Amino acid sequence: MPAIQSPVTEEVHPDVALVARAKDGDTAAFEQLVRQYERQIFRVAQHITQNREDAEDITQDAFLKAYEKLDQFQGNSKFSTWLVRIAVNESLMRLRKRKTSKTVSMDEDVQTEEGSIPRDFAEWRPNPEQQYNQAELADILRKTIQGLPPGFRTVFTLRDVENLSTEETAEALGLSVPAVKSRLLRARLQLRERLSRYFRQKQEGQPA
Amino acid sequence: MNCTDLLSHLSDYFDDQLSEELREEISVHTAGCQHCRVVLNTTHQTIEVYKGAELYEVSPGLRDRLHDAIMARCFAKK
Ligand SMILES: [Zn+2]
Repeated sequence: MPAIQSPVTEEVHPDVALVARAKDGDTAAFEQLVRQYERQIFRVAQHITQNREDAEDITQDAFLKAYEKLDQFQGNSKFSTWLVRIAVNESLMRLRKRKTSKTVSMDEDVQTEEGSIPRDFAEWRPNPEQQYNQAELADILRKTIQGLPPGFRTVFTLRDVENLSTEETAEALGLSVPAVKSRLLRARLQLRERLSRYFRQKQEGQPA
Repeated sequence: MNCTDLLSHLSDYFDDQLSEELREEISVHTAGCQHCRVVLNTTHQTIEVYKGAELYEVSPGLRDRLHDAIMARCFAKK
């Protein structure tokens, strides 16, 4: 491939250089990567496992694994996506061990349409932010997302909370793009339905 | 476009993955269908309210502890 024709708009992600240095044994470069992503990895693990101690362990395990397997990282995906994938796998494994959750694979809990058919048709007025203060709102959002099956929760977390693209989410979960899209739609609809209990417009004369 | 069609396009609608034609069909449908209008609005609000919500705050103390633990495990004397 002639080097001259490489598109000028293609920007190299700054992680590429850090990863290369880390592979060469540069401790500071690896520490920089840890610094950049430790909070995100912790949040993802916490979302999936719903347990803080587990999330701490998983974050440590994920970085250790990434460090040990750094040579296998080919750079076909972003480093952060690769890292998230490791953390997701660790988290699902942890859930499986714990077995407090009925289904822990990305596939098992997505067969049913249950909860994905809209039933609540009330507008949310006033806005959720006007109905609840920040702490109350965070509490409602946490409780609601906890109620989703892990497969839906994970897709929604990566795509809508952590803002990964659909393609990155697919890569991090080892799913096809259509599979991510279908899970994401159902996750969004289920959350909407559940949140409506809190946010729906109160009818005139109906006790709040 | 009927209600079921609209539902199947909902995610792509929010992710800006729809053709101009489909967007137009959706706006025509929602103009005449109150249920779909509400579903569209409240699904949008669902996505927005979660976007960037710091549901699991990582306090500076926790972050330091986590960071030190990661570094200790990765660079433990073998
Ligand atoms: Zn409709």
